[in-house]
Amino acid sequence: MSAAKPRIRVPDKAKVGDVIEIKTLVQHVMETGNRKTADGKVVPRNIINTFTASFNGKEFFKADILPGISANPYLAFFMKVPGAGEFEFTWLDDAGVKISQKAPLAVG
Amino acid sequence: MPGERNAMTQRMEIEVLGRRTFLIGAGASLALAAFLADLPALAQEPVRSIDEAMKKVLGDATPAESGITLEIPEIAENGNTVPFTLSVESPMTDASHVKTLHIFASGNPQVGVATFTFTPASGKAAVSSRMRLARTQDVIAVAALSDGKFLIGKRNVKVTIGGCGG
Repeated sequence: MSAAKPRIRVPDKAKVGDVIEIKTLVQHVMETGNRKTADGKVVPRNIINTFTASFNGKEFFKADILPGISANPYLAFFMKVPGAGEFEFTWLDDAGVKISQKAPLAVG
Repeated sequence: MPGERNAMTQRMEIEVLGRRTFLIGAGASLALAAFLADLPALAQEPVRSIDEAMKKVLGDATPAESGITLEIPEIAENGNTVPFTLSVESPMTDASHVKTLHIFASGNPQVGVATFTFTPASGKAAVSSRMRLARTQDVIAVAALSDGKFLIGKRNVKVTIGGCGG
């Protein structure tokens, strides 16, 4: 489940210098580590702890995440368009699972 | 994404049920600290008090109470998923930009929620996400600026059904 394909929304096209919004959502249980099963065992913490957004290899936004972020973490943020290129988004969880997703951006 | 939302609601209901059982034995959850040992930055040791969390971010600096907009519902019916938007007034140039933006839930078992890092390439120091709130409490945002100054913003949120926030 933690390796589900993330959803990304970026504009189809943008102009150089525009500030565009990027919306991302990934399926993840975001287990806080505070919860116990009926027989009293602690459910180990497993959250997405780091998210990064890069464009043409340059990181422009990062989130260090704690268990206070809800399950299936949604993140929306901005980028000033330097030109055409490709986004790369990565999510890393406590179990070491890395999810990454690329998305193109056309300029015109 | 309507299908996804349904799945999410279902899971949240399960979590709410699970939390009831969890609350009974909540005291023991502190033992969990060891679990967080190998995590980066703020996560290294869960910070349980808002004063401690503030000190870690601010040091001796006094933040200005302006410039941060924290959009969050005044009343959150479901503490498992409370939407919020944070934005900071900033030109986001090399000379003057927001470096990091921290968000804290002062009444959660672990007060830190997330730290967002920006660069001038971000264009705008703004972010939206969803957080867990264990009970009615103050949500506090702190921005660290490129000139070494800090800004702070605060909102009280009334929570009807608490989320199993961490």
